[in-house]
Amino acid sequence: MNELLAIDNLGKRFGGFVALDGISLSVRQGERVGLIGPNGSGKSTLVNCICGTLRHESGAVRFDGRRLGGAPAHRRTRLGLARTFQLPRPFASLTLLDNLRIPLLYTVAARGRGSAPEVEARGLALLREVGLEAKARLLPRDLTQVEMRKLELARAMAAEPKLLIADESMAGLTHSEVEDILALLNRLNAAGVTIILIEHIMRAVMSFSQRLVVLVSGRKIADGAPDEVMRDPQVEKAYLGQ
Amino acid sequence: MIFSFDLLVNAIVSGILIGGFYAAVTAGVSLSFGILDIVNIAHPAFVILGSYLAYVLNVSLGLDPILASIVMLPAFYALGAGIYQVYYLSFEKRGQESLRGLAFFFGLLFITEVTLVLYFGVDYRYVEARYIGPTWHLGPIDLPLRILVPFLVSLLLIAALELMLTRSFIGRAMMAVAQDQLALRLLAIDPIRVKRIAFGVSIASASLAGAFLIIIQPVEPSVGREFIGRVFAICVLGGMGSLPGTLIAAMMIGIFESLTATFYGPSWAPAVSFGFLLLTLAVRPAGLLGR
Amino acid sequence: MRSDVFFLVCLGIGAAVFAAALALGNDYLFFAGYVVAQYVVLATAWNILGGYCGYVNFGSAAFFALGAYATVALHEFYEPLPVPALIVGGGVVSGVVGLGMGYLTLRLRGAFFAIATLALAVVLQTLVVNWDYVGGSRGAYIMRPETIAPLGNYVRYLFLVMLFLAVVAVTAARVIERSRLGYGFATIRDDELAAEASGVPTLRLKLVATAISGALMGMAGAPFPYYIGFLQPSSTFGLDYAVNAIAMPLIGGTTTWVGPLIGALLLGSLQQIATVTISSAVNLLIVGFLLVGFVIVAPNGIVGLQRQYIQHKPVGLVGRRRLGADAPGSAS
Repeated sequence: MNELLAIDNLGKRFGGFVALDGISLSVRQGERVGLIGPNGSGKSTLVNCICGTLRHESGAVRFDGRRLGGAPAHRRTRLGLARTFQLPRPFASLTLLDNLRIPLLYTVAARGRGSAPEVEARGLALLREVGLEAKARLLPRDLTQVEMRKLELARAMAAEPKLLIADESMAGLTHSEVEDILALLNRLNAAGVTIILIEHIMRAVMSFSQRLVVLVSGRKIADGAPDEVMRDPQVEKAYLGQ
Repeated sequence: MIFSFDLLVNAIVSGILIGGFYAAVTAGVSLSFGILDIVNIAHPAFVILGSYLAYVLNVSLGLDPILASIVMLPAFYALGAGIYQVYYLSFEKRGQESLRGLAFFFGLLFITEVTLVLYFGVDYRYVEARYIGPTWHLGPIDLPLRILVPFLVSLLLIAALELMLTRSFIGRAMMAVAQDQLALRLLAIDPIRVKRIAFGVSIASASLAGAFLIIIQPVEPSVGREFIGRVFAICVLGGMGSLPGTLIAAMMIGIFESLTATFYGPSWAPAVSFGFLLLTLAVRPAGLLGR
Repeated sequence: MRSDVFFLVCLGIGAAVFAAALALGNDYLFFAGYVVAQYVVLATAWNILGGYCGYVNFGSAAFFALGAYATVALHEFYEPLPVPALIVGGGVVSGVVGLGMGYLTLRLRGAFFAIATLALAVVLQTLVVNWDYVGGSRGAYIMRPETIAPLGNYVRYLFLVMLFLAVVAVTAARVIERSRLGYGFATIRDDELAAEASGVPTLRLKLVATAISGALMGMAGAPFPYYIGFLQPSSTFGLDYAVNAIAMPLIGGTTTWVGPLIGALLLGSLQQIATVTISSAVNLLIVGFLLVGFVIVAPNGIVGLQRQYIQHKPVGLVGRRRLGADAPGSAS
């Protein structure tokens, strides 16, 4: 299996504050990677740097063999790198279906596939997958927080990514809803999508991940099989304190 | 253009003096835009309003314009507080302050200006005071009192505002509200009230600035428009909310405008401040002493 | 309704309006009608950048004036060209300047962008005022022909041209709104960061919006010297155009092509009536009050009111962009 995402010594500071300190990470095609760490450890900053929302000062990101350099976020999405936002950011004035139409029109259709009826059908199918088909013509403000997270996920999926970074998509979900999302992510993975799951819900991360990466205070302190990582004394210290 | 040392020195001094006045005009915007993030582009119109009210009191009661503006301070403060309340309820609460908030102030700009035109007409108005007319001479340097006096009082105004912001409780609350409203609430301080007070102070400063303006030059309602760019240029250049920065930036712009007017002609002067603004925004949006 | 059908319908309506004016015979109607049609173009143009994308342009007057001064410059440099050619010329000049302005300013967040547009407008005005070739601050006279066959008074021809331009502008806005471009614009307005993450090339789209908006405004300005006869920088670049370009879409409704049209028709006509019956200063007072009033009470404009109270449709959170920094997510 070849390397899909290669992060090499990534560094990011905000003024005097070092958010990311020399992060190196490699994700193979088709892998399921879990990314965990206490609040403020830099997980979302890392996602932002990978996806181009933030510029990093040092280090490099390679995706699908290509060095990303200063490529803007939309270019990275078109290359196959999609993400959800930790706090959902739907397009407030567009219906749910239209929210999905955007990545379909600008990413998938831009690759040369997708006429108007196809786009609509694909959008509805995606909504069905996350259980929101009934609300297709509603506006995001009519959704619950949980439904907004599902919309967020559906929108990332709509870009037909090679790599999907799910940033806390399960926060606030019930047990069965978490199972639903996990099943969805597993289906995606089975269909060939590489997934990085950022979560605080430990049982979900443990059951889903083939590999677990732990970030603390901007540094990667563990990277390996989930069971081994959780037994690592440094990881224990980070989560349970001394 | 005959280059003479005297001309140069006087242009620079004149720029510094005018710059002090510009800082007084901008101080209000430093508060409203720099600290509260409210784009009050109507601020110059309120300054003109201050000029006209000072004029009325000067002409009818013979009151010194600066004293007149001090008398009007409470009224302007109330105006500012009222405007903020409307702004808050209509825009900030609904999260629509960008487009609609801007349009709101744009509308206020026009309403104020046109009301003045309808009431006072488009003739230039000027005030009478003992210090308008005489000029002190310091060697080759000319110091017209009508610019020197507002300059000095402007410095007092800036100093007073800076003291308020850094030493007083309410002033520090204002700086805090710019950074973290939630924290303020947790300290049992109502951020809305703080912002209302801040905006009230901002508009109150316009009263004084208006008096300064009409002492320096005759005023007619559309004079405010040339200040819109200046004021935001100085605010951005000065670091958005830093009063010392505002003062320095204002003097810089004053000097450059003065030099341009002296050596290239006054018709190029508007381009100076607006050009500066564009340059600052393009190159260093954090300003000279930026936060 | 398909776009070409829509275009034909609008042409029909425009032709009917023109015919009605001819029938009524009062030449003043053509003067007033020209101004109203011009505002339809300006308001529609402004709304493409302001309403669809959420970027407020305070410098509308500059693009309008550039179109006018392009005409003057061509007059000096070459010879009087037919008005349609001038319109194209004005559109090109303003479109290119719009592109340039976009390049300089579109990386700025909301409020700064608005202020930068104002600054640019003044810089352009200062350049024109100091450019004696086009008359500088003294102004420029443009002689227009008295009559043109078969319409008679030349102003009738100007009105016809401006009507056509208005139809073009409105059709263009409608086409954009329903296209992929329109969806892209809406995402820029709603959440630029999420738009980028969804694959929308935001900078490119914003540049397109600025260029189209500027070009349309320039086209509206190109025949203006013929209309007014004497062109002065202070009034041509005046804030009056800026406030109208903003007020009309805001009052009419910013999310769709209908809004600027309604706003321009209503406000434009109102101002023409006020100028004639009261005074032109009261004009701007009315605009100011209506602007403030609508923005407070009916933020989605007349279109929004109609949707809310007559159609009972839920009104979307249109124009929801925060002035503050778009911080990507929160620290984690």
